[in-house]
Amino acid sequence: MIDMQDVTFGYGPGTELFRNLSLNLPPGSFHFLTGPSGSGKTTVLRLCYADLLPSAGKITAFGQNLSALDRDGIALLRRRIGVVHQDTQFLDHLPVAENVALPLTVAHQGIDMQAIRDLLGWVQMTGLARALPPALSGGERQRAALARAVILSPDLILADEPTGNLDWDMSMRLLQLLAELNRSGKTVVVATHDMDLVRAARSLVQARVLRIVGKRLQQAGADL
Amino acid sequence: MQRLGGARRRPLASSRVAGVDPGALWRGLTGREGGVADRIVPPTGHTATLTTFSAGVMAFLAVFALALALATGRLADRWAEGLAQTATVRITAPAGEMEAQAAAVLEVLRTTPGVAQAQAVPPEQVAALLEPWFGPDMPVDALPIPQLVELQMERGEFDHEALQLRLEAEAPGAVLDDHTAWRRPLIAAARALRVLGWLSLGLIAAVAVAMITLAATAALAANGQVIRVLRLVGARDITIATAFVRRFTRRAALGAAAGTALGMGAVAALPDMQAAGGFLTGLGFHGWGWLWPLLIPLVAGAVGFFATRRAALRMLREVR
Repeated sequence: MIDMQDVTFGYGPGTELFRNLSLNLPPGSFHFLTGPSGSGKTTVLRLCYADLLPSAGKITAFGQNLSALDRDGIALLRRRIGVVHQDTQFLDHLPVAENVALPLTVAHQGIDMQAIRDLLGWVQMTGLARALPPALSGGERQRAALARAVILSPDLILADEPTGNLDWDMSMRLLQLLAELNRSGKTVVVATHDMDLVRAARSLVQARVLRIVGKRLQQAGADL
Repeated sequence: MQRLGGARRRPLASSRVAGVDPGALWRGLTGREGGVADRIVPPTGHTATLTTFSAGVMAFLAVFALALALATGRLADRWAEGLAQTATVRITAPAGEMEAQAAAVLEVLRTTPGVAQAQAVPPEQVAALLEPWFGPDMPVDALPIPQLVELQMERGEFDHEALQLRLEAEAPGAVLDDHTAWRRPLIAAARALRVLGWLSLGLIAAVAVAMITLAATAALAANGQVIRVLRLVGARDITIATAFVRRFTRRAALGAAAGTALGMGAVAALPDMQAAGGFLTGLGFHGWGWLWPLLIPLVAGAVGFFATRRAALRMLREVR
């Protein structure tokens, strides 16, 4: 699904974040991407949806080289990847329901309001369909972001610190939703620095833990 | 979880470069405004109002520039055509020979092909022509005033040179003046005015392009975060651009329609040519000419369309 081969990336000359990183995300897998703040977790996710391009190496998504995609190609790629952004980016002038339906709108697909209501019910936000994003709490924003990420039924879901601002109960609720998606066949990657969350996930899902350490990506202590 | 939406799987690489899809833009422009596709971009309020107002003012000015260009064009044509069909024969001769030479000139003109009418200008009419220069009390009769003969030519080619040669032979004191000396500067002035009129129209269009580009760029810059979110959820450039293009195209066309209507009303209210006479009274539209200003809102819409699209697509390239 996603394949990184010897990927090197830095935000500028002399600021290499990681070097020769290789990673393969098979369909239906669940990965935690861990590491200290600033280690590059968000960067790895952004590379996956072509928000950044590697300075060296090759990234393939759904069989296509991301560096070779044109702008429309990138847009179409992003319709196949649901992303829960760390800062849960919404259009503040649109109510929650329209924000959740945004991927359908920009893809010029019909909007089934009953489906939107079902989706909001799944993330327990039925009553907030008409609320504007600035009125939402941190947990509500994260759940709305998850609803938006899955509305196009993407094959891959990337969640960047989805529980960063949430209390434990809400974090577990969100984790359960992600596990539910994984059980339905979706590939899920969760970037987090919260190891308690990773440990708690063992009872919900069979997940692999990747860790960025010193410009390298490791799994179970071995470099990838 | 229930399967929702379900985007159709399409090849990731698109054949369209930079998202230029006129068909999508046309569908976007002709679709109902205020729908979800429009709402993805927040209302631009102040910028949109200014765009409408500026387009209206530009269209108002464009109506006058167009009227000037058309009127001066008509004037130049009228002068060129009207004066080209008249000429004057000036006879300078001793008093005793004047009458005989005038008769000879009239005979020559009567037998010249292409001359529709020829007549000697009566002395009182000559005196009236000279009065503005010499004053009413000057005894014009005492002056050696040449005898003038006016002639009207038929349409088509006329051989001035042949006529001049015949006049020299029959009446040595006669000189043919076909008005070329003073007709040319007049026509040149009218044609220069016409060029100025069209140049003004061009400048107005250029200012409209600059104004709409500025407004669109400001709106795009103010919505940087919105654009970023839209790109992240899979919006193509053309989808985002269309939301802005539709807004500015409609504002430009609407404002221009109002400005054009006001301008046409103002032109219609100008005094007509018969009422006052003179050059300025010809500043208006005649007959089918009233259809020309109706193109202004269409042109304004096109200007809004292309200026916004260009600004939007250029700016979107900065957002990945």
